[in-house]
Amino acid sequence: MSFLGWFLLTPLAAFLLLLLLPREQEKTIRVAALALSLAIFGLSLGLLAGEPRETDLAWIPELNIRYHVAVDGLSIWLILLTTLLTPISILISWKYIDRRVKEFHAFLLLLEFGVLGVFAAMDLFLFYVYWEVGLVPMYFLIGIWGHDRRIYAAVKFFLYTMAASVLMLASIIYVYQRAGTFDYPAILAMLASGKLTFTSLEQTLLFLAFFVAFAVKVPLFPLHTWLPDAHVEAPTAGSVMLASVLLKLGTYGILRFCLPMFPTAARENAGWIAVLAIVGIVYGALVAMVQPNVKKLVAYSSVSHLGFVILGIFSFNQQGFDGAVYQMLNHGVSTGALFMLVGYLYERRHSLEIQDYGGVSTPAPWLSTVFLITTLASIGLPTLNNFVGEFLVLQGAAQADFRWAVFAATGVILSACYMLWMYQRTFYGETPEKVTHQMTDLNGREWAAILPLLALMVWMGTAAETFLPRISAANRLILQQTTVNVPFNVQTPAPRPDVAAKEIADAR
Amino acid sequence: MQGVPLSWYLILSAILFALGVAGFLFRRSIITVFMSIELMLNAVNLSFVAFSYQFKQVDGHLFTFFVMVVAAAEAAVGLAIILTVFRNRATLNIDEINSLKY
Amino acid sequence: MQHLWLIPTLPLIGFAVNGIFGKRFPKSTVSAVAVGSVVLSLLWAVKVLAALGSLDTPHVEQYFTWFQSGDLRFGFDLQVDRLTAVMLMVVTGIGTLIHIYAVGYMAHEGGYARFFAYMNLFMFFMLILVMAANYLLMFVGWEGVGLCSYLLIGFYFLKQSATNAGNKAFIVNRIGDFGFMLALFLIVIHFRSLEFSVVLPAVSGKPEETLNLIALLLLVGATGKSAQIPLFVWLPDAMEGPTPVSALIHAATMVTAGVYMVARSAPLYQAAPLAMEVVALVGLATAVFAATIGLLQNDIKRVFAYSTVSQLGYMFLAAGVGAFSAGIYHVMTHAFFKALLFLGAGSVIHALEGEQDIRHMGGLRKKIPVTYATLMCAGFAIAGFPFTSGYFSKDEILLAAHHHHPWMYWVGVVTAGMTAFYVFRCLFLTFFGDYRGHHHPHESPWVMTGPLAVLALLSLGGGFIKIPQYLQPVLPREETAHDLSLVVIASSAGLIGIALAYYLYVLKPALPDQLAQSFRGLYRLVYNKYFVDELYDAVFVRPTVTGSRTVLWRQVDVGVIDGIVNGVGAVARIAGGVLKLIQSGNIRSYATWVVFGSLFLIVAMGLLVVNTAAGGAR
Repeated sequence: MSFLGWFLLTPLAAFLLLLLLPREQEKTIRVAALALSLAIFGLSLGLLAGEPRETDLAWIPELNIRYHVAVDGLSIWLILLTTLLTPISILISWKYIDRRVKEFHAFLLLLEFGVLGVFAAMDLFLFYVYWEVGLVPMYFLIGIWGHDRRIYAAVKFFLYTMAASVLMLASIIYVYQRAGTFDYPAILAMLASGKLTFTSLEQTLLFLAFFVAFAVKVPLFPLHTWLPDAHVEAPTAGSVMLASVLLKLGTYGILRFCLPMFPTAARENAGWIAVLAIVGIVYGALVAMVQPNVKKLVAYSSVSHLGFVILGIFSFNQQGFDGAVYQMLNHGVSTGALFMLVGYLYERRHSLEIQDYGGVSTPAPWLSTVFLITTLASIGLPTLNNFVGEFLVLQGAAQADFRWAVFAATGVILSACYMLWMYQRTFYGETPEKVTHQMTDLNGREWAAILPLLALMVWMGTAAETFLPRISAANRLILQQTTVNVPFNVQTPAPRPDVAAKEIADAR
Repeated sequence: MQGVPLSWYLILSAILFALGVAGFLFRRSIITVFMSIELMLNAVNLSFVAFSYQFKQVDGHLFTFFVMVVAAAEAAVGLAIILTVFRNRATLNIDEINSLKY
Repeated sequence: MQHLWLIPTLPLIGFAVNGIFGKRFPKSTVSAVAVGSVVLSLLWAVKVLAALGSLDTPHVEQYFTWFQSGDLRFGFDLQVDRLTAVMLMVVTGIGTLIHIYAVGYMAHEGGYARFFAYMNLFMFFMLILVMAANYLLMFVGWEGVGLCSYLLIGFYFLKQSATNAGNKAFIVNRIGDFGFMLALFLIVIHFRSLEFSVVLPAVSGKPEETLNLIALLLLVGATGKSAQIPLFVWLPDAMEGPTPVSALIHAATMVTAGVYMVARSAPLYQAAPLAMEVVALVGLATAVFAATIGLLQNDIKRVFAYSTVSQLGYMFLAAGVGAFSAGIYHVMTHAFFKALLFLGAGSVIHALEGEQDIRHMGGLRKKIPVTYATLMCAGFAIAGFPFTSGYFSKDEILLAAHHHHPWMYWVGVVTAGMTAFYVFRCLFLTFFGDYRGHHHPHESPWVMTGPLAVLALLSLGGGFIKIPQYLQPVLPREETAHDLSLVVIASSAGLIGIALAYYLYVLKPALPDQLAQSFRGLYRLVYNKYFVDELYDAVFVRPTVTGSRTVLWRQVDVGVIDGIVNGVGAVARIAGGVLKLIQSGNIRSYATWVVFGSLFLIVAMGLLVVNTAAGGAR
């Protein structure tokens, strides 16, 4: 078993280790969780160098189910993002979480385990297992440590995702019936060589089943209504993990599985999906604009931002794909930071209503500065991260259909509207009495949690070349895979089988 | 083959079973209901044995023993439950013992 | 390598230092860092330009790849050519003067370090904008200056009107940027690059409709940044910011970025005749429209703001009629005299402790003589008084307009007359007559009057820096016949404007009110800026916000979509509620179900056996 194979099990080990600690010693638990997650982050950096980055072992041989995990340019940064955000989530929960501390941290680590697995799984069955493993801790994070309507939000989140992923399970089993294996690269190889073909109807149905499961997680308009509820009710760390990492599972899945396995169906359905994505961009922004609750506002802005990702993916070109993947990371960084900062505000004022704030800049200048930078990142100011992603996505969309870019780019205007308006009402103006004596500026722990993300915003915005080459390489392969067996697209020369096979081998 | 024809056994078995069903449905006392169940089991046993004898096979006997063992076990557990119910509720009328619902 | 990167980076360092440590520094250190970084930047720019010499070909320096995707590469590359050189000198030169001035102006304001940090950040982005070697990097500067504009307009963030104005500026600029971005996408689609050196030489082979579309979309961006119709509404409100900001950002540099961009894309516009015509019309319309509003404003800074909008219209007119170099010429002279107007106005406001309404001024000529003298220089320059800087650049524009369409010239002349009128109206009301306020005016310190004096010299003599000739290799212009009569007409329009203002506001101060009474309807329309803000509010802002709140959020999201989701849940719940009744707890009812179920099964199987037997028999 290679480094990767072991690495993916470390969060599970940390989870079990945490369970062994006595529940009364909350301080020890926090420190241990933080240390363990930091260690996991350190290990994950090894993935950047470590070769080979694949493990393929038999898991349940009777059913030909394998522990097959691999990391490529598509997943590597998402994995690093996850391992980075876990310790940050623990840091921001230091004071916020004051009951059932042990369970909370255990669930966070279990969540990390599930999410990392999803990003690395190369076996459809394994993928599904990880997918569901990631779901359960989130349910508890919202349901136990959330606000007043937490049960409603948690159940809604769970049922929404569960209902959709059942469709995916059925499709996975169907693919297994046809291919005789759950092994994803093997399935792709069979598709490329023509050993396995789906009829048009099969492709469409399978594609839709996978797509709906992923689209709920994204969430794509009109499947998004669980998100605002879940975000508003979740504790800060839950919101951060939900926005930064869990939403990416959906877009990752579409790019990783939906497109290469069912390229024809994906291309045939690209039109209306792109339209839904654009509707989501504009609709999310418009609804975000009128939210009185700051967390809901950020949640709807997520709907808008994730619309960009979907749009990029269904543009079917290099720029669109690159932008979409980059935008996943950007959204993880900047929206994660936004939720953290909203959490900071909540810890001080104990309210999420914008009208309870105002004039925060005066008592807490650094908090408002950091918030401003994050806001600007979120509205796509050049030199901060989101711009690169949005630009590439819109460029890709423009190349696919210029009208898409025209409508989607209005989201850029609207994002400035809702974000700046919110910022104005929260931070500017005269400071009410209550705000003055509840607001303190950032303390050391809060700085420690937010600084890495701030640094990333600037870094990703100015030195995108650190990240993009790996992403581009992975996307180039996916783009080729989606142009293999496309019967109706005569201009595209079909790659020679040996080339395709080599690329698939490289992809592992 | 001499003796009582098979159909007679079956008719008797059917009558006994029907009596058991009727007892189950129409009596109120748990004890009676319980005995009705035993009656049904024994009706089935009778047909097992009759078939077994008819076809000269041992399977029917085997099943009869199974049923008897189950019936004995059931009697033990069931009577224990009835006893407890009676202690708690001071009644054996099944129409009044219906709190396990919804 | 000339290390061009140092020019923008020096102010960036100033920003970082003042932004992070400024609060702990004494004011003198903050000003030293802020002014020092800009001065160093200016010196380095001078040194670079001196070293580069005649600059017949652009000097490009490639630093690193910003991002790359497929065949597209976008780099952090800077370039200097003659056009950039002019802008570079204007930005760093005027920037330095205004920074020095601000040391005096902001001396008693809170947020001193914050102010200078933002100013330095602005310098960084503005320099990126003018030095960029590709459209994308230009867009970085473009958005960046918009950000700084937002921050500085909302500098007094305790005032709701200031933060509102900041938001308005940013959002209106974003609407422009929307057009700019779409233009970038089209350029990439058709040229597969955003480098000036790749795109601009290649325009000749492209279809005209495409180029028209690109040029028009770029124009949308320019109308946002340079406050042209229909996106000019943010600039007058932007006067909420401190006055040095109005001078630097909203008069001298940032708002001319649109003109610079159009001039930079000159080959593209020249190949897109329709777009050119639109540029000229937008410019001309804005020039007239804003000038009429300027006639009746009473806030000294707003008068100059509308004047800026109007003058920017002139520059667009120049670009639209093909005289790009005249436009840049006017950018420069306008930077001199408009910066001076604003700084002088700032000095007046400073003297009157914050009073901005010209109805409460008057007679300040003797009380603040330096300010008075310098402001009059600026006034003559903007009015196009012969041989001042404005005279030269305005003539270049008007002659080119005449060459293009004579009627454009005449409209321009009328506008020039109006310009002279409203500027001098403002100056006369401020400096002549009797003092109508109740403050104790005092002259500003030398850090403020010094820059005023320098700018006054430039306003008077700056026109002798012959920009069009210098720019000839980059922006060739058609030689137009130098018709002296046209020049005389244009200049006399300015003189008539001055004379009229003198007559109405110095000799017969009662007359304007009578006129206002007799033309009440027209007066109110113009005084209220043609109700454009109210119109936009009613047509765009309110329907969007209200529609989003009531229809999209409350009805579609909560009502329809979540209604369906919760409806599915409710259906499951109701079905369960009905079915649970079977679970009655009554043993005999269960037994009855079992009996009937068994009977049903027996009958069904019996029928099946009979049917099969019958089928087999057949």
